[in-house]
Amino acid sequence: MSTRLAKGGRFLDRSRKIRFTFDGVAMSAYPGDTLASALIANDHLLVGRSFKYHRPRGVVASGAEEPNALVGLGRGPRFEPNQRATTTELFDGLTAESQNRWPSLEQDVGAVNAALARFLPAGFYYKTFLWPRAFWKHLYEPFIRRAAGLGKAPHPESRDSDSYEHFHAHVDVLVVGGGVAGLLAAKVAAESGAQVLLIEQTAHWGGRAPVDGGTIDGTTPEAWIETTLEELDALPNLRRVARCMGAAVQDHGYVLGYERLTDHAPGTIGPRHRLWRIRAKQIVAATGAIERPLSFAGNDVPGVMLASAMRDYVVNYGVTPGQKVVLVTNNDDGYRTALVLHDAGVEVVRVLDARPMGGGKLMERVRELGIRVDPGRAIAKVSGGKRVRTVHSCLADGMGNVLEDIPCDAVAMAGGWSPVVHLWSHCGGRLRWDEAGAFFRPDVSRAPTGADGLPMVVPAGSANGELTLRNALDDAVKAGKNAALKVGCEVGEIVAPRGETEPEAALMPLWIVPAKATPDLRMKAFLDYQNDVKVSDLQLAAREGYESVEHAKRYTTLGMATDQGKLSNINGLAVLSDALSEAIPQVGTTTFRPPYTPISFGAITGEARGELFQPLRRTPMDAWHDANGAVWEPVGQWRRPYCYRRPGETTEMAVNREILATRRSLGLLDASTLGKIVVKGPDAGKFLDMLYTNMMSTLPIGKCRYGLMCSENGFLIDDGVVVRLAEDTWLCHTTTGGAERIHAHMEDWLQCEWVDWRVYTANVTEQYAQVAVVGPEARRLLEKLGGMDVSKEALPFMTFAEGTLGGFPARVYRISFSGELSFEVGVPAHLGRAFWGKLLELGAEWDVTPYGTEALHVMRAEKGFIMIGDETDGTVIPQDLNLGWAISKKKDDFLGKRAQERVHMADPKRWKLVGLETPDGGVLPSGALALAPGRNANGQRNTQGRVTSSYFSPTLGRGIAMALVLDGPRRMGEELTFTTDDYDAADEAKTTLKATIVDPVFYDPEGARNDA
Amino acid sequence: MLILTCPCCGLEAAEIELAPGGEAHLKRFGPGSSDAELERYLFTRHAAKGPVLERWRHAYGCGKWFLAARDSVTMEVYGTYSARLPEPPEEVLARIRARHPGWQVPA
Amino acid sequence: MPESMLEPVSPLMGAISEGALTVRDAGPTGMIALRGDLSDPAFTGPVEALAGVPVPGVWQASGSDTRALLWMSPDELLLLMPYGEPRSAAPRLQAELDGQGVFALVQDVSDMRVRLKIEGSQMREALARLTPADVSPAAFRAGSLRRTRIAQAAAAIYVLSEERAEVFCFRSVADYAFRLLSGAARNAPDFEYF
Repeated sequence: MSTRLAKGGRFLDRSRKIRFTFDGVAMSAYPGDTLASALIANDHLLVGRSFKYHRPRGVVASGAEEPNALVGLGRGPRFEPNQRATTTELFDGLTAESQNRWPSLEQDVGAVNAALARFLPAGFYYKTFLWPRAFWKHLYEPFIRRAAGLGKAPHPESRDSDSYEHFHAHVDVLVVGGGVAGLLAAKVAAESGAQVLLIEQTAHWGGRAPVDGGTIDGTTPEAWIETTLEELDALPNLRRVARCMGAAVQDHGYVLGYERLTDHAPGTIGPRHRLWRIRAKQIVAATGAIERPLSFAGNDVPGVMLASAMRDYVVNYGVTPGQKVVLVTNNDDGYRTALVLHDAGVEVVRVLDARPMGGGKLMERVRELGIRVDPGRAIAKVSGGKRVRTVHSCLADGMGNVLEDIPCDAVAMAGGWSPVVHLWSHCGGRLRWDEAGAFFRPDVSRAPTGADGLPMVVPAGSANGELTLRNALDDAVKAGKNAALKVGCEVGEIVAPRGETEPEAALMPLWIVPAKATPDLRMKAFLDYQNDVKVSDLQLAAREGYESVEHAKRYTTLGMATDQGKLSNINGLAVLSDALSEAIPQVGTTTFRPPYTPISFGAITGEARGELFQPLRRTPMDAWHDANGAVWEPVGQWRRPYCYRRPGETTEMAVNREILATRRSLGLLDASTLGKIVVKGPDAGKFLDMLYTNMMSTLPIGKCRYGLMCSENGFLIDDGVVVRLAEDTWLCHTTTGGAERIHAHMEDWLQCEWVDWRVYTANVTEQYAQVAVVGPEARRLLEKLGGMDVSKEALPFMTFAEGTLGGFPARVYRISFSGELSFEVGVPAHLGRAFWGKLLELGAEWDVTPYGTEALHVMRAEKGFIMIGDETDGTVIPQDLNLGWAISKKKDDFLGKRAQERVHMADPKRWKLVGLETPDGGVLPSGALALAPGRNANGQRNTQGRVTSSYFSPTLGRGIAMALVLDGPRRMGEELTFTTDDYDAADEAKTTLKATIVDPVFYDPEGARNDA
Repeated sequence: MLILTCPCCGLEAAEIELAPGGEAHLKRFGPGSSDAELERYLFTRHAAKGPVLERWRHAYGCGKWFLAARDSVTMEVYGTYSARLPEPPEEVLARIRARHPGWQVPA
Repeated sequence: MPESMLEPVSPLMGAISEGALTVRDAGPTGMIALRGDLSDPAFTGPVEALAGVPVPGVWQASGSDTRALLWMSPDELLLLMPYGEPRSAAPRLQAELDGQGVFALVQDVSDMRVRLKIEGSQMREALARLTPADVSPAAFRAGSLRRTRIAQAAAAIYVLSEERAEVFCFRSVADYAFRLLSGAARNAPDFEYF
């Protein structure tokens, strides 16, 4: 049984107990435990079911590389799936549940998948669920989703009740990893004068050294770590952060650190996670190494564990996964586990050392303790269902003929170590194969480079393939000096502390155990626990022609999901290269992608949630709108009232009321969002002539002109009224969404092309609150305000005047986008709310009616005015919209002119703007397509136009629409067939509508109303 | 995420403070140009693997456009320079050629 | 109604958030955007005369709380003064520069931005949560200014002292900026980095 040991556990506080539940069962453990060690202490080895076959699975590792022990943590708004039990620090009251099982962990009906394993080989999904296509939606997909998958997502209606934040840090040297190498590298760099940030993913400093033993400068690693931490804390230019994982290394020294602040202490004030957005000049990757499993049949039975993890549990947490342990190894390091177990009073019943001659000094020490070591032996198979029962030993280089049955309840496997090269590789660092250690290590001659083209990541210690304590410390000093030098520090002579450990005999790579294992054994030997990928799957993929490691990964799913193959990568590669008869370095690795381990969505989001999800731009009158029934519409980042609903009104009723009231008497529109750009200078006229399709330099002072702007491709990008304010000054109005874009566009041409032209621009959009005063009574309202002559004679259509209205400093533009008598009045934004109030107060006698964007849209459509984004979509030129009149024929050049001369642009077959009327006055669906005879090469119906705007016009009492139609303006009166939203080619009679081509100006074509 | 030093105001700007503007040193062809010239101006881009000359705007900073010589593979920045220059200054060319001997500004 | 009786209303209406860090709407401030050749005395002379302070160096500010010049761009300054003054001062300066044939643009932009004052020992930590700019004391000294972004909004940050800074944002995002800054200060008041 797995249990708590009487003594040991250097992380534990044995003075008090804390409680937690797993799948509803209450258990207890000590502060300092992880969820994994606590479960082991409570004899709970079975922690989950595997992904594909629903095989029982137990804890394999002791850290971030854990593939099996994924659990759902917390409840309700704090529920989170797929959390690793091995990195979850236990706290009082923790609740966890197992995943991927139904109805319970012990009795899982999905386990039937295991019985079908023979029929679920690599590429199974692609092969089995391909045909018929229609089965996907209702049969295959629901089945796969139920049977497979990891944890379940939180309830869609629940909201994360924690807070998160980002923090930007700029440092000289970032050291990732707080093991002895990281501590030492950080110390060296900081003592050389560099600003250093040191981050460590766990709560503890010093890494594996205290567990793995040896001495540093004659003292224990623990003592050395304690002293070093004190030294580090005395350095003002060094800061260390625990529980902070180096998640990603990106271009130009941008590193993401994922700090977990309160996961171990819920209820603490402050953010749960902090995402460090770090800019480092140099990055020291001291990320350690991960032990590899061995690929024997039954290597996934609960109780089979990495040898290093097993000694971590004994030393750090005082727990053991079993009482009788078999160690299987291909190297000397594994023997350290046997020593630790023996020391803790756990019986090591056998060591199976795959090497024909066994190991070196460490082996001898184990033998001296009376532990039997069988050289040249390995595991044929492990028996047991939810727990290890028997190890069947065999010759390491044989086919798996069983030599002996060894009863036991846990297996420690030591397959050698792989440096954690993820951070080195994220940004392009290359690897080289180390024959002796059988691992990939950083190729420092091909480092990831930064903005200056020089290496920006320095690997250190075991992450750099220096696995012995002495070499790791020497390498760390080198790395610290190297980083300090590169950031411009002067580095003195530094002597590395001397690390000493037992000498080790060479490792013997063993990728399949036993080497010539029979097919049935290979079908039970797991490479990737999390994805249930076995040795046989990789071999099948190779036989089926998947030669590229990246393809084989996707086909077999090796190395996917939350652990990203931390344990499986090298073993999988080795099996693949063996099957392909190629050397491992030739096959290469898959790409290491960030993040190193999963990080929370909350951390990524930071403050950007709820009201801060994105900036919400508000006009000066926003609060009034909000208090008066505004139904909001997002326009770019602005919010604008779509309409104002009164009690008892639907949105549609409100829109119609607003339109009728405006046309009948008086309406107000908050037009503050319209872009306003001042253009001034001796060359301003010439500049605007280039920007607009029409002539702006000839505009008299005080006059307004509607202008169109095109891109160099000839397509319409914006429109608006241009006003000449003074001899050398113009004011350009843009669309609501266009202000920043058009201002940038102007500056682009001034700064990059016409660099000598003397023109200044200023985007003053937000300086003014602007109100459109619209309707037959508009002039009377302004006259009532008083202060300016706004008569037809003094301020005719398309003119501008500046003065005061009712005491407000005002700019008045006599322009109209509704066809009614209309003035747009700009006042300083700080006075906008007061001005709006004044207009409402004085306009009451005319039933003044604020209207929203929908009324604006309908009224402009009634007049046939185009709207950027409705009638245009980036492929429409002004000529398509019958706006040829706004394109100057006199100008030699303007942006887009040349492109509009291209053959396709001048093609008479382009779709052009028309109006549409339905026979019964119904409203066409927006975006409806006009059908044309015949079908295209794909068998789809041909089309000859599309509806760009469609509304119900309360003014006319029927539907109106604008459309772009093939040769449209010459086909007045012709009836076309349009698709409806549920168009079905097999039933066109029921799913199409008829409409007749008409002039797009539906209302007051003579313009009499505007001319009032 | 890139860092480019704005040559107009001297700040080191993070990529999220910048707006990209595509290939630099395009020669504008307006009315009177041939279809081939127009095509090259509007549509043909080098999209090179290696040194590229780009337009950037310090949009969340001084607002100025500038040009950058950058390596699209290694992300090395060979230099940033004024948008008024018709081609990269000598010291930027020298830095590019140190990595890519004989490199010429693409025609 | 004479203009003098109109009460200018800033978008935050004097909002204040107090805690480890105080975030306060400075209220309506007179602001004039000035574009011109900053090396030409014909431009800087009249500007300095109006401002009463010298033209600052690159990414610097000069002046006092009530009257200051902020360097915004190689050809742009922002003049801060009491609200209301720019209404006549801006056109007067423009006319003066025009009259002397100096190519320049002078705009009253008093209503276009919100000015937020932040104060407290964790001022730099609060900013570092929101901006990619390096706000460490070594990189961002008191008296200097930087235009960057806070979260998703454009902002100018002006550091006055180790415990005081001002943040300028566009008026429309005043509410967003205020929530960002007050939230950033409130979230982890004990977190000291700088």
